[in-house]
Amino acid sequence: MSYGTTHERHHDDHDHKPTGLGRWLFSTNHKDIGTMYLVFALIMFFVGGAMAMVIRAELFQPGLQYVDPQFFNAMTTMHALVMIFGVIMPAGVGLANWMVPMMIGAPDMALPRMNNMSFWILPFAFIMLLSTFFMEGGAPAGGWTMYPPLITQLGDGFPFLIFTVHFLGVSSIMGAINIIATVFNMRAPGMGFMQLPLFVWTWIVTAFLLIASMPVLAGAVTMLLTDKYFGTSFFVAAGGGDPVMFQHIFWFFGHPEVYILILPAFGIVSQIIPTFSRKPLFGYESMVYATAAIAFLSFFVWAHHMFTVGMPLAGELFFMYATMSIAVPTGVKVFNWIATMWRGSMTFETPMLFALAFVILFSIGGFSGLMLGITPADFQYHDTYFVVAHFHYVLVTGAIFALMAGAYFWLPKWTGHMYDEKLGQLHFWLSTISVNVLFFPQHFVGLAGMPRRIPDYAVQFTEWNMISSIGGFAFGLSQLLFVWVVIKCIREGKAASEQVWEGARGLEWTLPSPPPFHTFTVPPKVDAATAHS
Amino acid sequence: MTDKNVNRTVYKLLLVTAGMFAFGYALVPLYRVYCDLTGRGSTTAVSESAIRAGDVDDERLVTVVFDTNTRDIPWTFKAEQHKTRIRPGKLSEAVFLVENRSGRTVTGRAIPSVSPVQAGIYVSKMDCFCFSEQVLAPGETREMPVRFIVDTDLPERFSSLTLSYTFFDVGDNAAGAPKQTQKANS
Repeated sequence: MSYGTTHERHHDDHDHKPTGLGRWLFSTNHKDIGTMYLVFALIMFFVGGAMAMVIRAELFQPGLQYVDPQFFNAMTTMHALVMIFGVIMPAGVGLANWMVPMMIGAPDMALPRMNNMSFWILPFAFIMLLSTFFMEGGAPAGGWTMYPPLITQLGDGFPFLIFTVHFLGVSSIMGAINIIATVFNMRAPGMGFMQLPLFVWTWIVTAFLLIASMPVLAGAVTMLLTDKYFGTSFFVAAGGGDPVMFQHIFWFFGHPEVYILILPAFGIVSQIIPTFSRKPLFGYESMVYATAAIAFLSFFVWAHHMFTVGMPLAGELFFMYATMSIAVPTGVKVFNWIATMWRGSMTFETPMLFALAFVILFSIGGFSGLMLGITPADFQYHDTYFVVAHFHYVLVTGAIFALMAGAYFWLPKWTGHMYDEKLGQLHFWLSTISVNVLFFPQHFVGLAGMPRRIPDYAVQFTEWNMISSIGGFAFGLSQLLFVWVVIKCIREGKAASEQVWEGARGLEWTLPSPPPFHTFTVPPKVDAATAHS
Repeated sequence: MTDKNVNRTVYKLLLVTAGMFAFGYALVPLYRVYCDLTGRGSTTAVSESAIRAGDVDDERLVTVVFDTNTRDIPWTFKAEQHKTRIRPGKLSEAVFLVENRSGRTVTGRAIPSVSPVQAGIYVSKMDCFCFSEQVLAPGETREMPVRFIVDTDLPERFSSLTLSYTFFDVGDNAAGAPKQTQKANS
């Protein structure tokens, strides 16, 4: 590795970069790879979004209108897989790639070639997954949770689904190892762990979650594969296996996974709120400990996804109390965000608007999560639209909104141009209003008993479903505006200053906008002004 | 900030990754142990020590319903009596009838379960056709007994239990996953 050598410094001065397709295919530059991750995530956002549009169109009215039930189920399954593994996770890794080295004063990621590989696995994995639409038996339609025995009845697409999951696991584990190796070994002198920006902290914790949970998922899907093709009976009742065991193994991965999706979002918001409140983050240390506590607890709550399978009472109580306890560190975080804003001189640019909406709407999703965590109540809510409303509040108005906030926040840094503030705010208001029209009514139909993953429903749910669908179409269309804002920003935005935002603190804001191809080849000096914001 | 340090971090993390992959598989035997301890999963545990014989609760009668199912196997399978009333603590017997309707020898295995699941640990089976595989020649019929005791500790709230059995074909494709595939999207 050549960082920090005279040779590299020479390059830095002239800002040479490779040209043509090779620049992207063989890139080992953290900024280029970060960009590729983000663009990939944006493309997949529209692929997964198109599937959601099919779902909402079908649910606009009761009865079967546009697609047959098998295809509808494939839509819900693929929408989830694409949005989780193709949008939120890659977008988070993309932001980490761009920002982590710049935030800690490192010249690049610790393992640039592995970085290239972990990105380039993704497009191939998703081509494999999406190709199942054209296979005998169709695309996976048994839910993204892949419960046997239903999922093993999938046709030719089955091994493609399993190997896609393997690839995605390998990619995210490599990404996680890279981030940990970078932060542990390449911090600028003077930057201790407690001086790290909170976005870096949340990514360290996320990376450990990935390393601890993705291999378990890989094991679970490998068991599915050998059950179907090699005569094992991990989950086959006829051979003495137990399908319920899959749910235990899956959710042992699945619950840490939801924190893998949301912790980077917490990090982004923890960067943005202090910036636009012009105050340091309130309770920095408690934020770090709360993040670690959430991650640790996430390994002991998995069975709250499966309260109805028939567990001993002691087990249901344990998982209920463990689930409730996660509300404590999460509450600490929400409190700290609000305390950061307290008596700050706040301004409301687009990133701040998204971050504020995140705090409020994510909390709504958190509270409905607490309702679901109450074992006796869960028996009513289980597998209804209430669950759908819950996890869309935490993942769309939670994770996606935070990613949007981060994109607007750092876009001027990445491109060197300011985005159009008016259009950005228009995008924010359209998204926030439509997303609530889309998901809030789903609480009502869920509590009234509408089951999830069914293409048809009882007529009394019609009105709320129509409203929800209208909100869905509006939300989908609003996101096209985001693409326009990004293109306009790159093409004709006003030049951005180094600091971009008046209240911005940290090493990344000491670099020019856009930063040169190679940055911090000489480690910067870290002082009070450039330590965590 | 040397390569050596980076490599050391990477090796440690790869070790954790491999360890967690193994842990996923370790969950399988752990789950078995958990089910044996709690009587969950599919069953009543096989009784190891005969429950205190003679300790019969004459005050109570519990209804036991027998449920029979077949899956992907050409057998007819039913209980001689649909339901019976038994006294907790007393050794009871139920007889099941099975017939191979096909023209070939078929090996089947019955997977038992008890409902409500919370009652599972109070049911002990001394003898059950589900303990072993059953091989039936073409057209053969067989009577199969289940001897069981419901523990006198069975909480009052359980006035009725269901013992359910599902026969699976464990022939050539033994343990194989169900053979049918989804219909194509058409």
